Amino acid sequence: MKPRNRGVILALLPFLLMVLAFQLVPAVSMLAGSFRQEDGTGFTLGNYLHALQSAYYMQAIKNSLLISITSSLIGIAAGLLCAYCITRFTSRVRDRLLMLTNMTSNFAGVPLAFAYIILLGNNGVFTLLFKQWGWDIFGDFNLYSWSGLVLVYIYFQAPLALLLLYPSFYGIREQWREAAALLGAGRWQFWKTIGLPILAPAIFGTLGILFANAMGAYATAYALVGGNYNLLAVRIGALVAGDVVTQPQMGSTLAVLLALTTLLAVYLNQRMARHAESFGFGPAAKTGSNGKVSLRLRPAVRKELGQ
Amino acid sequence: MNIRKAGFAPRIVMLLFMAYLLLPLLATGLYALARDWQDSLLPTAWTFSWFSELLGDLRFLSALWTSLYLCLISVALSLVVMLPAVFAITVYFPHWEHFMKGLVVLPYAVPGVVAAVGLIRTYSSGPLDIAGTAYLLVGAYFVVILPYMYQGIRNSLLTVSAVELLQAAELLGARRRTAFLTVILPNIWPGIIVSSLLSFSVLFGEFVLTNMLVGGHIKTIQVYLYQRVGESGHLASAIAISYFVFILMLSMVLMKLGRRMGGEVSK
Repeated sequence: MKPRNRGVILALLPFLLMVLAFQLVPAVSMLAGSFRQEDGTGFTLGNYLHALQSAYYMQAIKNSLLISITSSLIGIAAGLLCAYCITRFTSRVRDRLLMLTNMTSNFAGVPLAFAYIILLGNNGVFTLLFKQWGWDIFGDFNLYSWSGLVLVYIYFQAPLALLLLYPSFYGIREQWREAAALLGAGRWQFWKTIGLPILAPAIFGTLGILFANAMGAYATAYALVGGNYNLLAVRIGALVAGDVVTQPQMGSTLAVLLALTTLLAVYLNQRMARHAESFGFGPAAKTGSNGKVSLRLRPAVRKELGQ
Repeated sequence: MNIRKAGFAPRIVMLLFMAYLLLPLLATGLYALARDWQDSLLPTAWTFSWFSELLGDLRFLSALWTSLYLCLISVALSLVVMLPAVFAITVYFPHWEHFMKGLVVLPYAVPGVVAAVGLIRTYSSGPLDIAGTAYLLVGAYFVVILPYMYQGIRNSLLTVSAVELLQAAELLGARRRTAFLTVILPNIWPGIIVSSLLSFSVLFGEFVLTNMLVGGHIKTIQVYLYQRVGESGHLASAIAISYFVFILMLSMVLMKLGRRMGGEVSK
């Protein structure tokens, strides 16, 4: 028994060491740092008080929350509509469409921000074209402001919502639709009383992912507006590794606050996924080969990593 | 499964959606090939000079090389560390999987910028001062791809019923290490390749951690792109498109592999 155990421990040790060194210790260190005084000693709640009282940091938090909520809601609405539509196609066409969607999901972060600058920036192709044609629909639009950020965020939120949501639509059986129709329910009534309640866990779960995704999004915002727009993720980056005077303690505090919101959102997602599974309507409940679906989903889900 | 032809409305919706998704890509592609593109719907003159200029740029080539070897090292390290660990957990400590799930979900739930704060705090002073070095970055990358590697390896092990295979091998007299190397490993290899490629493409597109941890010292392709955006729009487009095409080819291979494996499993 002894030498066997040694082998197993030897197999686990490097893994535990790596996780400890690069995941758990930094997390604890950050948490500890958020309770440290400015000179790095003692224990204080002052950082949190300061963060929540400072108009500047509160603005960053508020901006981030607003952009995340707005882009998540619009993203999920678009995602729901497209997910419904995509289930109406034959499986061949559907797979093609999903592949295209997935393909564009590689286009995130810096390259995405850059593409939008080409299209809609100050000297963007569309900006100049519309000016030339005398169109004024984009009169108030400014890519480097709130509206621009929301627009770019939706670009990576909507496909993610579609990819996460569409399997749930296969949980709604054709027979139920027929049964409801036989009992006299209209299309609207069917969706209101049967369809949407069944989809609800998936919708809320996906909303959690989208929200966390937008809260943590750094590269896109950083490349698009730099320090000119006050966002929580960008602010944290500037506090810790910026060119200005770095304030590591404050950075840790804001980072803990940001992590709390995203952890909460992802927790909601996990709860909802379990909820959906217990009813048998979980994502991929009716898609046959589980591995295939999750494989196709994973490249999209990587957006959560804070692109 | 739905075998009817799609109605009118779904077609229109999906058409619009696809146009919306492809438009930025298309614009970047056109911009990379345009000699001059201002106030007209399409560029008036075309050129390949941006691409040739890019290929002649030593900084681009070295950034590409840096990205490639950093990602390769990280994925290789992850494989060496994760394979035995996930194997041991799946086979001997199945009750640990709950804990593992929590551990693996963390990199998902914690944004890169937050992870960077912790890493900078831990490693910029004290006994382990590796701030700004590739060691720190590789460690950070290890955590980034943890979810993909863990899930990939675990799924492969479960698909081939590793526990039963191992028992059969041991019953026939194979030692455990021999059984792992000659029976389990060849069987899970295709799944491992898929998750490795996926991890590689994730790392290749990583910007947050790279920029915050080592941005000043080590230039990966993403950091390089970010720095060139301000200089020349056409050149930056060419970089963005080359990067995208590379990732695209990678994900094509991935999808092919995934499909083949999916086919095998369902047979």
